[in-house]
Amino acid sequence: MNAATLFGVCSAALVGLGLYGLVIHPRPLRKILAFNLLGSGVFLLFGVVARRGAAAGMGGDPVPQALVITGIVVAFSATALAVALLLRLLHETGRTTLNADASKNPSNNRPRESANS
Amino acid sequence: MTIESALYIALAVLVLAVAAWTILARDDYAAIVGFVTYGLLLSLVWVSLSSLDIALTEAAIGGGVTGVLLLGAGARLRSAQESTGVERPGIAQRVSAAALCALISAGLALTVFLLPEPAPTLAPSAAANLAATGMGNPVSAVLLAYRALDTLLESAVLPLALIGVWSLASDRFWGGRPGLQHRADREDVLVFLAQLLPPFGALMGIYMVWIGTDHPGGKFQGGTILAAMWILTKMAGITDTPPISRRWLRIVLIAGPSVFLAIGLAGFAVPGTFLAYPAGFEKPIILIIEAAMTPSIAAALALLLAGPPERKPNG
Repeated sequence: MNAATLFGVCSAALVGLGLYGLVIHPRPLRKILAFNLLGSGVFLLFGVVARRGAAAGMGGDPVPQALVITGIVVAFSATALAVALLLRLLHETGRTTLNADASKNPSNNRPRESANS
Repeated sequence: MTIESALYIALAVLVLAVAAWTILARDDYAAIVGFVTYGLLLSLVWVSLSSLDIALTEAAIGGGVTGVLLLGAGARLRSAQESTGVERPGIAQRVSAAALCALISAGLALTVFLLPEPAPTLAPSAAANLAATGMGNPVSAVLLAYRALDTLLESAVLPLALIGVWSLASDRFWGGRPGLQHRADREDVLVFLAQLLPPFGALMGIYMVWIGTDHPGGKFQGGTILAAMWILTKMAGITDTPPISRRWLRIVLIAGPSVFLAIGLAGFAVPGTFLAYPAGFEKPIILIIEAAMTPSIAAALALLLAGPPERKPNG
């Protein structure tokens, strides 16, 4: 088994782990974390495809490599937006889960906003 | 088994163990620290796949900046989380989710073994046209010449994400300063580092952009280092984030994508297609794009990290 195949199997396991975390964690912060892990597994799988395409004196096919770099930057932008949405949710409702009727009753909605205005 | 393959296996096991820790840890803070470690280990994996450009990007953005972002969010969520508490999924739900995710992993692993042989590759055509771009790094050539459209769209994603983050501000803070103001003791080691490191960091960041056309590096990696230096001085309380209503700040943010787009449109006039560069001027044009994009990327990354405005412009 060469490095590309080994890390290919590794990336498959990372996708599964990330998906598991995304499904199972009730808290959005952990879902964001798991989604990043899932994404990095996909990038790694694509990187393995790039490595297998090594030719012409290059260590790998540069086209997938460039796409992964683009992907990492876009993933960060999406994560920053997701974190901002989550903090806004906390600010508006005082909740850190997406489950609306988990711990608070509806009359408790927007406690911070009313305190501010 | 050679030493090299033993090292690869050890690295793969370590990456999977840290990834499992990130998912399974009960404490959010422990999970985020695990994620940062995972990002750094993953950049070693990229090195062993001969993808140095990706390794630099992963270490800088995937592990570094994302880690700082999540640590900041985790600290703010911590107090609220303790008071509310969360319902955890039952054992049956967890086992069935684990089984289905394992199935997906097994399917993906199977495709790794079934990938076509010999592998399809664009490396020879990338190598054949490399001389025409005036660059030595094929990955940069893909990013800025062959697939410049992808990079142009990506450079638009950063300001778009920032508009999304800013639009989450409360009405009364609109146009104000993002995040909370950091204060540190003058004798603090962080203040010392924030005064010592930025000149070296700035030099390294600019160098990484400059060599990016011929060696691993480029505007995203260099821009992240510049952003990190700015964030360091902010955390030490030496500088403060400017109010988002400042015109110069917005000009810095859109200068890079605008220059890139203008050069793309100018391609209609001279060679005749969008984003085509006139023959003989490829390298200077690419350097102009890189130079214009770097401050925009650095500012966008640092401001995405700072979040929506939370203080009045003069506060």
